[in-house]
Amino acid sequence: MTLDTVIFFISAVVAVFGATMMISQRNPVASVLYMILSLVAQAVIYIQLSALFVGAMLVIVYAGAIMVLFLFVIMLLNLRGSEDLGAHSSPISKVTKYVVSILLFVEFVFVIKSVIIGSPVAGLLTTTPPVDDFGSVKSVSMLLFTKYLYPFELTGILLLIAVVGAVVIARRDKADDVEDTHSSTGTEPAKTDEVVTK
Amino acid sequence: MLEIALYSSIKVIVVVVAILTGCAYATYMERKVVAIMQHRIGPSYAGPWGLLQPLADAIKMAFKEDIVPDNVERITYALAPILAFIPSLLSFAVVPFSADFSLVGREITGVISDLNIGILWIFAVTSLGVYGIILAGWSSGSKYSLLGGIRSSAQMISYEISYGLSIVGVILIANTLSMRELVEQQGTILDWYVWKQPLGFLLYLICAIAETNRAPFDLPEAESELVAGYHTEYSSFRFGMFFVGEYANMLAVSAVGTTLFFGGWQAPWGAFPAQLSIIWFLIKVFLFMFFYIWLRATFPRFRYDQLMDFGWKILFPLAVLNVLVTGAIVLF
Repeated sequence: MTLDTVIFFISAVVAVFGATMMISQRNPVASVLYMILSLVAQAVIYIQLSALFVGAMLVIVYAGAIMVLFLFVIMLLNLRGSEDLGAHSSPISKVTKYVVSILLFVEFVFVIKSVIIGSPVAGLLTTTPPVDDFGSVKSVSMLLFTKYLYPFELTGILLLIAVVGAVVIARRDKADDVEDTHSSTGTEPAKTDEVVTK
Repeated sequence: MLEIALYSSIKVIVVVVAILTGCAYATYMERKVVAIMQHRIGPSYAGPWGLLQPLADAIKMAFKEDIVPDNVERITYALAPILAFIPSLLSFAVVPFSADFSLVGREITGVISDLNIGILWIFAVTSLGVYGIILAGWSSGSKYSLLGGIRSSAQMISYEISYGLSIVGVILIANTLSMRELVEQQGTILDWYVWKQPLGFLLYLICAIAETNRAPFDLPEAESELVAGYHTEYSSFRFGMFFVGEYANMLAVSAVGTTLFFGGWQAPWGAFPAQLSIIWFLIKVFLFMFFYIWLRATFPRFRYDQLMDFGWKILFPLAVLNVLVTGAIVLF
């Protein structure tokens, strides 16, 4: 057991614990907090794998910007965990809920099997980087703007669509319900933030 | 291995103690400077020139009764001051305090950890600092706290983008993210990045004030509207953590600004004994802090819509323009 392995197991356990608590909490604010915990633990794992830039970006973009936005919306809508979110769902959505989660779980198991089995966990953790400047800002952006330019731009368009969709929904709400103006005006500047930090 | 751990721990302890002392005397400085600007005397009873006032305040704060209101969310209420306080200390991990020097036969580096993504670390840590304030506002179960928390989260989201973009210009010119290399590149006063990035510096200065919730951007704790904002329901030591956290944040943005734009520990003319180079760092941070306090004593608070307009319609386009122009100049 080297120090690296110990740190890996601690952060892995914390990440899984945070993720589990996130989906099992009634209180939305507690969910957000557990998700931040999980994200920070994941960032530690990235940094251990010498992917410093990815680790830092995970904290800056997700934990620092997007989760703040989540908290902001939760506070504006003043959700305190009293709402039963599953009570009014239709029978079809109840069935799909289970089918999709079982499918995802099976997929997950297959992915893990193909990666982990055969190579011991300690082998995945090397203190020396695989390539000379692996994980540095330069090498990541080199790949991002040459080899993976197409998927990268597509992701940008996807986010743009999401922003436009959010604005459309917010506007419709405003027309229907005058009382809801607070939540719609609140989300607009924050959504722009998401795109910029990406 | 053990030796390295021991020496790093000693360095961390020294730095943390220095920062906490710095925070204590920043409060003294603020009171004294504002007093002089307003033709008052300021703290003068405890010790010579009131120099023991921070100590007296700390003792008072620690021995006050810790009042927890009835309808608070207990866990987040207890967690919030800690979350506000810790990130402000963490950013000092990558700030270079002095040049490397040797002391009693041992090489001492002037920075706790020279990460090659130092600037990103600072962004990551400062972006986590907002949680303490939001959660404090949300968990207190009081409308003033909640309004303060919401204001603060909106303000920090808005200004964080310009804050980040204002530094990109320096990164583009310097071609590094390591704080240590940044300082080494700024050898003399002519090499300081403030000359090459005047607009970037101005944006940094403004956004840093908004990020630390200082006047004239102290909307989250506007006392005339919100009692004390997000920390209305906090007392005793928990309030103390918010209080010290705010000053630690001020020190942090001052130290980062010094490193990025004013050459950190470098003397204006370059050559200077390495053991004493920390003096220049302290002088520059002191001037930054003085500027903050000066602003507080001079400007009235913004109105909330003015704050948002200013952030999104003026600072953000300027920051993007700055990045664009700098990028074009570096490229061609």
